[in-house]
Amino acid sequence: MHINEPSHDWNRTVSASLPITKDKDAPAAAPDTPLPASRPDIAPLLLVPLLALAALPFMSFPTWVTLSVAGLAMGMMIFIMASGLTLVFGLMNVLNFGHGAFVSVGAFSATLVLIPMRNWLEADSLAANLGALGLAVLLAMTVTAVLGWAFERIVIMPVYGQHLKQILITMGGMIVTEQLINVIWGAEQVPLPLPTALRGAIFLGDAAIEKYRLLAVVVGLCVFAAMFLTLNRTRIGLLIRAGVENGEMVEAMGYRIRRLFVAVFAAGSSLAGLGGVMWGLYKETLTAAMGADITVMIFIVIIIGGLGSVGGCFIGALLMALVANYAGFLAPKVALVSNIILMIAILLWRPAGLYSTSRG
Amino acid sequence: MLVKFLSGDLPRSRLLGLVLAAIVFGLLLAPFLFSGARPLNTAATICIYIVLVASYDLLLGYTGIVSFAHTMFYGIGAYGVGIALASVEEPTWRVVLVGLVLALLLTVALAFVIGLFALRVRAIFYAMITLAVASSFAVLASQLSDLTGGEDGRTFSVPELLSPGFTLMENAVFGRAVDGRLVTYYIVFFGCALLFLFLLRLVNSPFGRVLQAIRENEFRAEALGYRTVVYRIWANVLAAVVAALAGALMALWLRYVGPKTSLGFEVMIDILLIVVIGGMGTMYGAVIGATLFILAQNYLKTLMGHASEALSGVPMLAAALHPDRWMLWLGVLFILSIYFFPIGIVGKLRMRGFIAKR
Amino acid sequence: MAQPRNEPILSLSGVHTHIGQYHILQGVDLAVPRGGLAVLLGRNGAGKTTTLRTIMGLWKASRGSIVFDGRDITRMATPDIARAGIAYVPESMAVFSELTVRENLLLAARSGPLDSARVDWICGFFPALKKFWHYPAGNLSGGQKQMVAIARAIVEPSKLLLVDEPTKGLAPAIVQSLMAAFRELKDTHTTILLVEQNFNFVRTLGDSVGVMDDGRIVHTGAMRDLAGDEALQQRLLGLALDAHQ
Repeated sequence: MHINEPSHDWNRTVSASLPITKDKDAPAAAPDTPLPASRPDIAPLLLVPLLALAALPFMSFPTWVTLSVAGLAMGMMIFIMASGLTLVFGLMNVLNFGHGAFVSVGAFSATLVLIPMRNWLEADSLAANLGALGLAVLLAMTVTAVLGWAFERIVIMPVYGQHLKQILITMGGMIVTEQLINVIWGAEQVPLPLPTALRGAIFLGDAAIEKYRLLAVVVGLCVFAAMFLTLNRTRIGLLIRAGVENGEMVEAMGYRIRRLFVAVFAAGSSLAGLGGVMWGLYKETLTAAMGADITVMIFIVIIIGGLGSVGGCFIGALLMALVANYAGFLAPKVALVSNIILMIAILLWRPAGLYSTSRG
Repeated sequence: MLVKFLSGDLPRSRLLGLVLAAIVFGLLLAPFLFSGARPLNTAATICIYIVLVASYDLLLGYTGIVSFAHTMFYGIGAYGVGIALASVEEPTWRVVLVGLVLALLLTVALAFVIGLFALRVRAIFYAMITLAVASSFAVLASQLSDLTGGEDGRTFSVPELLSPGFTLMENAVFGRAVDGRLVTYYIVFFGCALLFLFLLRLVNSPFGRVLQAIRENEFRAEALGYRTVVYRIWANVLAAVVAALAGALMALWLRYVGPKTSLGFEVMIDILLIVVIGGMGTMYGAVIGATLFILAQNYLKTLMGHASEALSGVPMLAAALHPDRWMLWLGVLFILSIYFFPIGIVGKLRMRGFIAKR
Repeated sequence: MAQPRNEPILSLSGVHTHIGQYHILQGVDLAVPRGGLAVLLGRNGAGKTTTLRTIMGLWKASRGSIVFDGRDITRMATPDIARAGIAYVPESMAVFSELTVRENLLLAARSGPLDSARVDWICGFFPALKKFWHYPAGNLSGGQKQMVAIARAIVEPSKLLLVDEPTKGLAPAIVQSLMAAFRELKDTHTTILLVEQNFNFVRTLGDSVGVMDDGRIVHTGAMRDLAGDEALQQRLLGLALDAHQ
């Protein structure tokens, strides 16, 4: 090996004193750099339309429309509930097995507004109905955001990095929350009838589309759009996306990422609260166990989507809901296990879910 | 000799040893120490839960695997025996055996498949997948109501030796009639004792030590040449089989199978609570934890009921102390244990013993 | 906060770092002169990366003190250390693969949007950056990622730049670009602390040098002196130095 005096190579190629023109004169910075292929991953995006089209031949068109809207509505609600969980996991590597608690708390807190404001709900005016719902949702989201903040500081922070303890403790948290709901609101179911203007269906030809479901789809799309824009167009979104990959490096760039964690946790919890209100209205009853009941579906959705991926969660939720609705019509017995079958099918195709973040 | 019997896994704390001995003798002599059906039922339940939780400790405490499918295997064992006995006119031992064997085959197959499929992914994934599988299974069981009796479950008769009407001896022994119930109780007791000792043997064998190595540092275990996937699948299958056997024993005792007692999520939560409070990775934690838990579940609730009535003037407090809210306090105890008591009761007692010796 | 010009910008005194049960840094005493490029040499496992991480607060020193620009940063949190004026390019580069090159740089620009003059200056050293501006950083080659990592660290002017083994695995042509970049940075009054195993890269670049072994500094001095003394090089750095070309 000879002692290579670098300076003479240097003079030939790069000259630091002429910054701008270099671009044209110099060869590519290193000879072996073809333009990197930037192929976006579109296969998962096709799954939902493909599924819908695949179901079409098996039923009449009006039925297909009704079921598809039902599926979309249900999927949107589940997405809203699950999105917070997957984001929290991706960012903080914390799995909150008690996420369902925020769903229940959200729904029950909404009753604090909806029951006194019954008149607004019973009035046959969309504005009044939406107004009351809006207030209820605002309260539910505030309560769950605060509860989420407290939960993160008190329950989760002491067990950061210890997955086993996290699983156990968050489960404990959910049990305690469910029981506290029983203590505060009583152990019976609470009926929650739909507001008058949102009852019933509109008809597109022969197809019946329930009004409430349309609202759910609209809300779901808005939430998704808001999340998408925040993640991709704002600085906070940039921080979150970078933090999901390498929190330490983000800190080394001067950002206090711990505060961001707490904020994301609270936001995720409040989304679950929103989902809870919507789900409660969908089912028209509230039980303290509703959060626990839906936990399995939420988990399946985020497994399908890939832990940490909001887009994957969206697709996963829609897929699961559509499959459940189509199967419910076509083969009711299968419908019960359709969730599991879907999960297994997706995992066989992509073992880490549809979109996995680098940590997956 | 005691050391060999316990496979070298001594209590290591005088107090712990005393408590364990007390529990064992209490359970052994339960039919003669207490009269009435309820204490005996409590004792039998304790025996079975000890084995059920100990088998879960094999997974959680020794191998470090969080699984929510454990009650599924418990249920399969119970339903196997139960459905078999319910489907025939004459309940014979042969029928019991057939039901048991079929249940065990299903258990092994499922445990193997789940292990194969899911153990290749991260622990959190595995936990969620087992949750999903177990809940689907529960739904399936309640839907196949012709076979399983749906939500109500099924009652059935047991072989003559075990039936209450049967008398083994004419005269009462120590005040207890020697009838089918007694026979069943001792089958349950000795069956559970055998299973527990088997588990103790397992965790103190080279196999058990590899499991613990995997729990501590899977990467290193793999680097040392142990195919961790194989070991974890074995742990999964063995734990599932023991759980299924426990379920079969429970079915024979209760002469009833139903989703609430066998497949419900409540049982899974009970197991988690017991294993954490008793002490993970100790086996003896299951003994102490299960005893405390079942006793509390049966007798504390009555106490809570009295307290709740006494406080009926204060609505919130009365509601919080209502026996139905038993889970609330359990949940709080559970959370507190994880924070302040991570080594569980057994761990704490052992530490005391260790410190005292120094 | 202003210090006289001849005070070291960074000084470590008796710094010990434990990782779990491993005692990695065993009393590091290091003074980095203000301005100029200081090099930290040593073979694998000597503790160079640990030293940088400890300065950055990613690992906490169990003993000793670290003073930067007159402030004691030993117990400070990493984000605050970064804001105090230290930029860091880790050994693993740590570019954010899902973010585009532009977004990687944008994130580094804490005070707001990207200063286009600054960006042009940076692209002067690394023209490839402009070409891959909107590509996800994960799609780039190792050399290109290294450029992104360094570009990211210099988007905002800093007082001290910590760089951990930038030439590892890079093609010689890129190594030349790096050299040019570092020389220019020196001219902008940024102090650079460079960890390297490649002696030939640093022998003309460095002003001062420290050599680490077994978690301690075993030699400090001017680079010029070390570069001229082959016997000393052999003794401190072991086998043939150009083995790491």
